[in-house]
Order: sequence, then C-alpha cells, then structure tokens
Amino acid sequence: MSFIETQPLLAALIALLGLGVTFGAILGFASIRFRTEGNPLADQINQILPQTQCGQCGYPGCKPYATAIADGDAINKCPPGGQETIDALADLLDVESMTLDAEHGEEKAPKVAYIREEDCIGCTKCIQACPVDAILGAAKLMHTVIADECTGCDLCLDPCPVDCIDMIERKTGIQHWRWELPSDNLIASDRAAA
Amino acid sequence: MRATHSIHGGIHPVEAKALSAPGTVLDAGIPDKLVLPLSQHIGRQPEVIVEVGETVKGGQVLALGDGPMSVPLHAPTSGTITAIDDRAVPHPSGLTNRCIELSCDGNDDWVALEGLANWREIDRTALISAISLSGVAGMGGAGFPTAVKLNSPATQPIRTLIINGTECEPYISADDTLMQIDAPAIVEGAEILAHIVNAEEILFAVEDNKPIALAAMQEAVDASESNCRREVMSFPTKYPSGGEKQLIEILTGLQVPSGGLPAHLGIVCQNPGTAVAVREAILMGKPLTERIVTLTGRALNKPGNYRVRLGTPISHLLAVTAFDPKDNQRLIHGGPMMGFALESSDVPIIKTTNCVLVPTEQELPTPPPAQACIRCGLCAEACPASLLPQQLYWYARAKDQEQLEKHHLFDCIECGACSWVCPSHIPLVQYYRAAKGSIVDTRAEKTRSDRSRDRFEARQERVERELAAREAQRAARRAAAQKKAEQGADDDPIAAAIARAKAKKQTAEDPLGAPAGNDES
Ligand code: SF4
Ligand code: SF4
Ligand code: SF4
Ligand code: SF4
Repeated sequence: MSFIETQPLLAALIALLGLGVTFGAILGFASIRFRTEGNPLADQINQILPQTQCGQCGYPGCKPYATAIADGDAINKCPPGGQETIDALADLLDVESMTLDAEHGEEKAPKVAYIREEDCIGCTKCIQACPVDAILGAAKLMHTVIADECTGCDLCLDPCPVDCIDMIERKTGIQHWRWELPSDNLIASDRAAA
Repeated sequence: MRATHSIHGGIHPVEAKALSAPGTVLDAGIPDKLVLPLSQHIGRQPEVIVEVGETVKGGQVLALGDGPMSVPLHAPTSGTITAIDDRAVPHPSGLTNRCIELSCDGNDDWVALEGLANWREIDRTALISAISLSGVAGMGGAGFPTAVKLNSPATQPIRTLIINGTECEPYISADDTLMQIDAPAIVEGAEILAHIVNAEEILFAVEDNKPIALAAMQEAVDASESNCRREVMSFPTKYPSGGEKQLIEILTGLQVPSGGLPAHLGIVCQNPGTAVAVREAILMGKPLTERIVTLTGRALNKPGNYRVRLGTPISHLLAVTAFDPKDNQRLIHGGPMMGFALESSDVPIIKTTNCVLVPTEQELPTPPPAQACIRCGLCAEACPASLLPQQLYWYARAKDQEQLEKHHLFDCIECGACSWVCPSHIPLVQYYRAAKGSIVDTRAEKTRSDRSRDRFEARQERVERELAAREAQRAARRAAAQKKAEQGADDDPIAAAIARAKAKKQTAEDPLGAPAGNDES
C-alpha cells in the first residue's frame, strides 16, 4: 500500500508544499535575475512629466515628483504640464482625471528666458540656478540663454541681482499657429476654410 | 495612349471654370506698392539684404536663402524699398509676418539677366542651385522649394517626371491657361527638369475637361525632340485627381505607401507653372517674380486669368477686376475646396497664390450650422485616400492621438471631399488640420522634454560629483591637520615646511576650486 493511499491528506499537503516551494524558488530567482533598475512606474510617470524642472509641484524637479506620484501623491500638481499631462497620467495610472491644483500655479503658455545682455553684470548666479544648464557665460562676462534648451522654469529670475532676465513667450508668430478644433457645440463654420 | 487607372472616392462639384475664361491672360499692371512677404514657401525665412530707402531694380535679390530649405526673394520691378516690417499675409491665421514694401517707380528697369543656354552640358548640382537662386518654389499650392524636390539622393533614382496639369479644383484655370498659351515652354521646362533628375519618361497629365490645353500640349510634344519617352495623358475629371498620390495612382496604378513619398516609387511631380519658372530661371536667368492667378467669382465684373507681379495687394486686383461688394461677404485665397478665407483684401499675392475667389452669397452660400454625425458613411465613400473620415472625426474630437495616427491621419490630403458630401455639414477637414497640428506639437514637445530630462540628469550628476569631491578634499585636509598635531613640535621643521608647501600646491591645482561657470563649455 502506498503512502498516498494510507495518508491522502498528508500526501496532498506535501504535494502542495512542494509546488509552493518550487515556484517560490523560481519566482525568487526571477526577481533577482531579471530585476529592473530603479522604479519602473516612476520612470513611466517621469516620461509624461514635462521636464520643465521648475519645482512648482513642491519637489526639486520632475523625477522626484514622479517618484512621489508612484508612491501615491496627487497627479494634479504640475502647472507646466497642465490638463494634458494630468489626463495622460490618469490614463497611465488608470485613475479618474482631475483638474490642476490651483495652489501650485496655473497653466501658462510656454516661455523662454531672455537675458538683456547690456544689463547683465556677469555674476553667474543664474547659471547656478538653471536646472538644465541652459545659460552660457563666465564670471564678469555677459551671459546668454540657449533658447532651445531653456525649459522656461523661471528659476533664474529670482537670483538675478539686476533683474535683467525676461520671460518671453516661446511659441509666437505664424510658424507656431495651429488650426483650432471647431468648437464642440457645432456652430456654423467657414466651409470654404474647412 | 496608355490606360489610366481610377482611384477610390472623389466627388464632382460644380466646376465653374468657364467663368474665368481659360486661355486668355490679362495684365494686372504694376501697382504703386508691392508688399513682399519673406516667407512664400515651406521652410526657413530668407534673410533681408536691402535697407529701407535703397533703390532696387527688377530681378535684384532682396533677401537671400538661409540654408537648403529656403529660397531667395527678388524685386518684381524697380523702385524704392519703403518699409521692412510685419504685415498681414495670406495665411489662414490672419497673423502678420515680416514683409518688404517696395514703392514702384513705374519704369520697370531690370538688372541684366544671364541664362545658361547650354544647360544640357551643365552638371545637375549647378542647375539645381541656379533654380534655387531664382527663388522657384512649387507653384501648385504647397510652395515646397523646387530645388529640394529635385535633389533626390542617388539611392533613390527617379524614373518618371509627371507634369501635373490636372488642376482639379473648381473655379481655378491658371494652369489650363498656361497650357493653352505656353505649352512649348512647359514642355521645354519639363525637359530641363527631366535632365536634372535623370528621368526616362515624362508624363503630362491633363484632366479631360481641358480639351484645348490637351491638344496644345500634344502639339508641343510632337513638335519637339527629347531623349525621354513622353506622353500626354488625359483621364476623367474628378476631384481631387490632382492630389500627388492620387495622380500617381491614376497614371501608373502604383500606390505611394502611407507616410512615403513619390520619390520612393521613382517619381517626381511638378506643376506646369513651376516647369515654366524653371525654364526661365535656367535659359534666361530670370527669377520668379510674377505668376498667373485666376481671379474669379461672380462678385467680380471682370474675372479672368491675370499675370500678376508677386506682392501685388489683392485690393489692387479687386479694383482691376471691377469688384462689386454688393453681394459678397467672403474673400478666398485658393479655390472653394482647399482655399482659406482672408480677413482683409490688404494682403499680397505670393508665389503659391493660384486663385483668389470672390463669390457672391448665392454662388457659395455660407454653410449652415453643423449637425451631429448620423454615421451615414458618405465621407468614407468620398475619401480619395481611402481613410475613414468619420472615425478620424471622433478621434480628433476625443484628442486620441494614438488612434488618429493608427488611422493614418497624416495620409489625409485635406481635400475637403468628405466635408463636401457630409449631410450634417461638419467641417471635417478643420478637425483633421487641428489634430495634425497638435500631434506635430506633441512630438516636438516630447523631443524637447527628453532633452531637458537628459540635461537635468547630467547636471544632477555633476553637482553630486562636485559635492563629493569637495567633501573628500575637506576630509583629506582634516586628516592632514590631525596628523600634524599628533607629530607635535619635536618634528623636523624643514620636513613640516615641505609638507605644508605640498599641501598648498595641491589645493591650488585642484580644478574644483574654479567657479561653476567654467563647466559650461
Ligand atoms: S511642476 Fe515643474 S518640476 Fe514639478 S513636475 Fe511639473 S515641470 Fe516638473
Ligand atoms: S534659463 Fe532660466 S528659465 Fe530657462 S531653464 Fe534655465 S533657469 Fe529655467
Ligand atoms: S458624412 Fe458626415 S454625417 Fe455622414 S458619417 Fe461622415 S461625418 Fe458622419
Ligand atoms: S479631407 Fe482627408 S479625410 Fe476628407 S476626403 Fe480628403 S483625404 Fe479623405
């Protein structure tokens, strides 16, 4: 008489235990062997954030905020990203979308910093403030902003002792103009234009 | 003649081409002032090289091309530059853009022009640059710099040159007129173009509603010699047969793949006006400074095809064509299908203006308000690009960029056939244009934010590295001081002095003492 027949309950328990141990071992091995670096959810969130690095969300940059969202912080604290970013985040995290938390600021048209070069005294303070190294210049020499790299974060404004930095709108002019979506309440619209 | 093929969809709107009496060119004259926008083509704005107050002659360069995607601008007649500033330009936005104002002196003095009569012996790059320097940009509508289109890479040999004389849009008869009066010049221009791209065959495409133009083209081909196989092809009239991809399918049966270019099939298309402009640029060295424009619509008492200097204000042309404002409330740049409404007549004619339509209200009524989509599917039947306009419409409303791209939004040629058939009068094309614009913007922002992320992370790393280095330096100094204290006074004073000097030298050499600004290089 075999063991299974004499002790069916015990046999079943042993079998289950064996299975558990085996799969546990496989899973454990896989989690070590195929470990992904860092926090994949936070990285996905960081992909969506606008990378302005302005700190308006209350964190020192987009990545820290991405990590915080992954840990459960609200998704509506990023004014530069605006509604579009909030919607994309809601989509990614499969949660209800919300409107921007006004406490952190309002959505504005993207800007770039412009240094009025004749007023710049070359103090290097703005260079130290810029999160993306978008300002060029050396001590006591005039500084200038690489407009293509500037994220429009405003962080260089406050440190400037002579207030020579202006924020100007990034997308002005005819090249940046886009057709508008016809308004949804379906009004008469210029058919020749459409 | 080879058999032609038919395309999916298409519509048959009222043609109304006879209104502008194709076949005769009238002269619009030289107005007192010309307004020349710097951007009359797709691509970069050229750089102004004249100053206010300068007198210029016809054909003189006013602005130089800035890179390959840019073409220069020439004075269409002689006169004085009286302003360089931002003015209203023909653009759907109604926004202003940089323009040069030329006050004409009426003498029409020209600089001496020099052509390249022996073009067959000249290398293609030299011919392409001559075309570029003459400011030629596609005159069929989009305004793509012609030189760029001719400059296909060696990996993509061109076999067929198509001269697109389809002109399928209602009302417009500028190309028809050109083919009727100047067919030999078109054929010669095509010959030069074929030589440049090294094509084996030239196809002249004419819709069958232009019998006179067709006969004129055939006659010009028969009367001239060529190294290429040439054929004048005619096919049934249907809108929008003149779309580049549609025309290629009609003539060859081949489909340009989604997202691909005609060049991928070894084909390049050019407009008859462009062929003539290329001929003048090469044979006579004459820059592009005028064009034939169809001025039409029942609100004009003298509609027709006019030879117009670039920069001529539309208000001047309205006077020339005896405009009657009584019944009119719209001014359209281009045709009724693909054109856009202008906010004022104070805008100039540019290189891409093929038509100015000034209809009466009965003629082209203001569309009634849009209703909800009834899912009738007529739009899909009409679409020449075999798209699903109704789906695109829903996705555009939902701003679902992923689905829009999946449904080939970018294959839409904005022909307006779908809007035209839509029983609910939904301005479908405007949805697609808006959706395309926002997808283009999203892509650009994504590239930008990716770069910012990299730069931010690189900077974080650098800041951390600097902090760590400074910390290590401080620790080393602390250790040295401690050691010195331990060794006490009985130490050799000379050795101590050497150690001190060494330590000093090391700190001075350390690059981390430098200001942060030096890291910017
Ligand atoms: S608020 Fe500024 S720092 Fe925060 S996520 Fe948005 S862009 Fe980044
Ligand atoms: S230049 Fe000023 S506004 Fe632009 S990214 Fe740097 S700190 Fe921000
Ligand atoms: S034609 Fe108009 S109403 Fe009919 S399915 Fe298309 S969008 Fe809807
Ligand atoms: S506008 Fe676009 S979607 Fe509409 S019929 Fe033309 S190609 Fe098709």
